[in-house]
Amino acid sequence: MNDRITLREQLAGMAFAAPYLIGAAAFLVFPLAMSLYYSFCNYSMLQPPIWIGWTNYRHLLTDHAFHTALWNTIFYAAISVPFTLALSLFLALLLNQPTRGQGIYRTIVFLPSLVPLVASALIWQWLFNADKGLINSVLRPVLHMLGKAVLSPLAGMLGARHATIESLRHISPPVWLGDPHWAMAAIIFISFWGVGQTVVIFLAGLQDVPRELHEAAEMDGAGAIHRFFNITLPMLSPVIFFNLIMGIIGSWQIFDVPYVMTGGGPGRSTLFYSMYIFEAAFNQLRMGPACAMAWIQLLIILFLTVLAFASARKWVYYA
Amino acid sequence: MNRKPRLLTHILLLLAALAYLAPLLWMIDTSLKHEVQAVQIPPVLIPHPVRWQNYVHVLRDPQFDFSLFARNTLIIATLSSLGAMLSSSLVAYSLAKIRWRGRGLVFGIVLASMMIPFPVFMVPLYRIFRELGWIGTNLPLWVPAFFGIPFFIFLLRQFYLTIPRELSEAAVMDGCSHFGIWWRIMIPLTRPALLVVGLFSFMSAWNNFLGPLVYLTHQSSFTLSVALQVYQSRSGGTSYNLLMAASVLIIAPVLILFFLAQRTFIRGIATTGLK
Repeated sequence: MNDRITLREQLAGMAFAAPYLIGAAAFLVFPLAMSLYYSFCNYSMLQPPIWIGWTNYRHLLTDHAFHTALWNTIFYAAISVPFTLALSLFLALLLNQPTRGQGIYRTIVFLPSLVPLVASALIWQWLFNADKGLINSVLRPVLHMLGKAVLSPLAGMLGARHATIESLRHISPPVWLGDPHWAMAAIIFISFWGVGQTVVIFLAGLQDVPRELHEAAEMDGAGAIHRFFNITLPMLSPVIFFNLIMGIIGSWQIFDVPYVMTGGGPGRSTLFYSMYIFEAAFNQLRMGPACAMAWIQLLIILFLTVLAFASARKWVYYA
Repeated sequence: MNRKPRLLTHILLLLAALAYLAPLLWMIDTSLKHEVQAVQIPPVLIPHPVRWQNYVHVLRDPQFDFSLFARNTLIIATLSSLGAMLSSSLVAYSLAKIRWRGRGLVFGIVLASMMIPFPVFMVPLYRIFRELGWIGTNLPLWVPAFFGIPFFIFLLRQFYLTIPRELSEAAVMDGCSHFGIWWRIMIPLTRPALLVVGLFSFMSAWNNFLGPLVYLTHQSSFTLSVALQVYQSRSGGTSYNLLMAASVLIIAPVLILFFLAQRTFIRGIATTGLK
C-alpha cells in the first residue's frame, strides 16, 4: 500500500514539475552545455562551429577591451555593492522611525526602483548633461562662488602661486558623461537611485527585530549606537546577507543604463562586462569569445557567492 | 531630550525625499516645456506655457508608433505573467507538497539557476530560437515563462510550505487529487502571493531591455524600452522635452499599476528577503 502511494506520488510530483523539468532541459541545461561548447569554438552563427580548443580563452589574456570591461565591472561592483547596501540600510532605519508622512516618504524612496532602466538612463543623461543639465546648473554657481569667495582667497593666504589662485577663481563643474572618470561616477550614482526594493526588504527585516531586546538593552542603559551594533545589526544580518548576494549577482550584469546612457564611452570608460559580451556576439558575430567571456562571468559570480557564503558563518546570525 | 534626534530625522527624510523625487519631477517638468525653454540657462522651474502638445507630438510621431509599441509590450507582459503564474505555482506545489524522489535536486537546480547570468544563455538561446524560426517574433520573450521562472517557483514554494499539512491531508482523505488540492486549496489560500508573481513578471517584462534588444529584429515588433532607446539615438537626436514626454508615457503605466496594487507589491518584495 505504502509503495503504491509512493509511485503515485512520484508520478504526480513529476507531472506537476513537468513544465520546469522540460523548461530546465530546453532553456537551462542544453543552452549551458552549448555555450560551454561554443566557448571552445570559432563560431559566427552563419557557419557551423569549429573546435579551436583554448584559443578563445587565450586571446582574452591579450584583449585590452576585455581587460577594460573586466576592470570597469570590478570597480563598479566594488563601489556600488557596499555603498548601496549601506545606503539602503540607512534609509530603512530612517524610514522605520515613527514620523508623520512615513508612508509618503517610503513610497517616494521606492518609486524610482520601478522606473524602467532605459527611462532611468534617459532621465539621468539629461540631468547629467554638461551644459544644460539640472545638476550642473545648480553646481556651476555654487562652485563659482565657493572658488571665488573661499578657495581662492584661502590659497592666497597660504601663499600659493598666482596661477593656482587664478584657476581657483573659475572652478567649473565636471562634464560628467563626457569625462571618463566622472562618467563612471555617474553610473555608480544612478545605482543609488534605484535602491528602493532593497530598502523595502530591510524595512521588513527591521519589523522582525524583537522590540523586547531593544527595551531590555535600554533599561540596562545601552545607547542608540550601542543598540544598533549589538542588536539591530546582528538580527538583520540574514537580510544583509540576502541583499549582498543579490547585489553581487546584479552588479556583475549591469547593462541597460550604460548601454543607453553612454554606450560604453567616453573611450571605453563605461564599457561593462555584459556590454562587451553583447558587442562581441551580436555586433561582431564572435560567438566563441562571447561565450568564453560569459562562462568566465559565471565563474566569477559563482566564486564571489561561494566566498560570501563561506564568510557568512562568521557574521550572519540566525536566531 | 528626544526633540533633537527627531528634528534630524525629519531633515534627513526631507532631503532623501527630495533626492529621490527630483529626477522624476524634473522629467515631468521638462516634458511640459517648449524645446527652447527646456534648455534655457538658468533653468526655468515652472514651464510656461505648459505644452501638453509635446505628448501629442510623441504619440503622433510617424517614426515612433507609441500605440503599436505599447500593444507589443502589453501582449508580451500579459502572456509572460500568465505563464509565470500558472507554471511556477504548479512546479512550486510539486516541490512543496508532493513527496517524490528527485525533488531536492530539482529545487537545488532552481536555486542555483538564479545565479547564472543571462549572457551565458544569450548566444545558445539565439541559436535555438533561430532554428525554431522565432527570431523577430515575440515568442522568445514570453514562451519560456510557461516553463517556470526559478525566482517565482522559489517564492511560491515558500508560501505553500506555510500551508498546514493537515489541510491537504484532509483533502486527500476526502478523495481530492493533487490537482484538486492545488486548485481548490493552494490557489485560493495563496492568492496574494500569486498576485505578487503576476505583478513582478508583468513589470520585469515591461522593463526588459536586453531580451527584446537581442530577439526583436523588426521595428514593428519592438517593445517600448527598445523603441525608446531607438527614439533617443536616431539621427539628429531627439530633443529632451520630447524624450522626457516619451519617458513619462513609458513610466506612467508602471506607476499606475504600483498605486493600484501598492500593498501587494510591498508585501511581495518584503517576503523575498526573509525566507
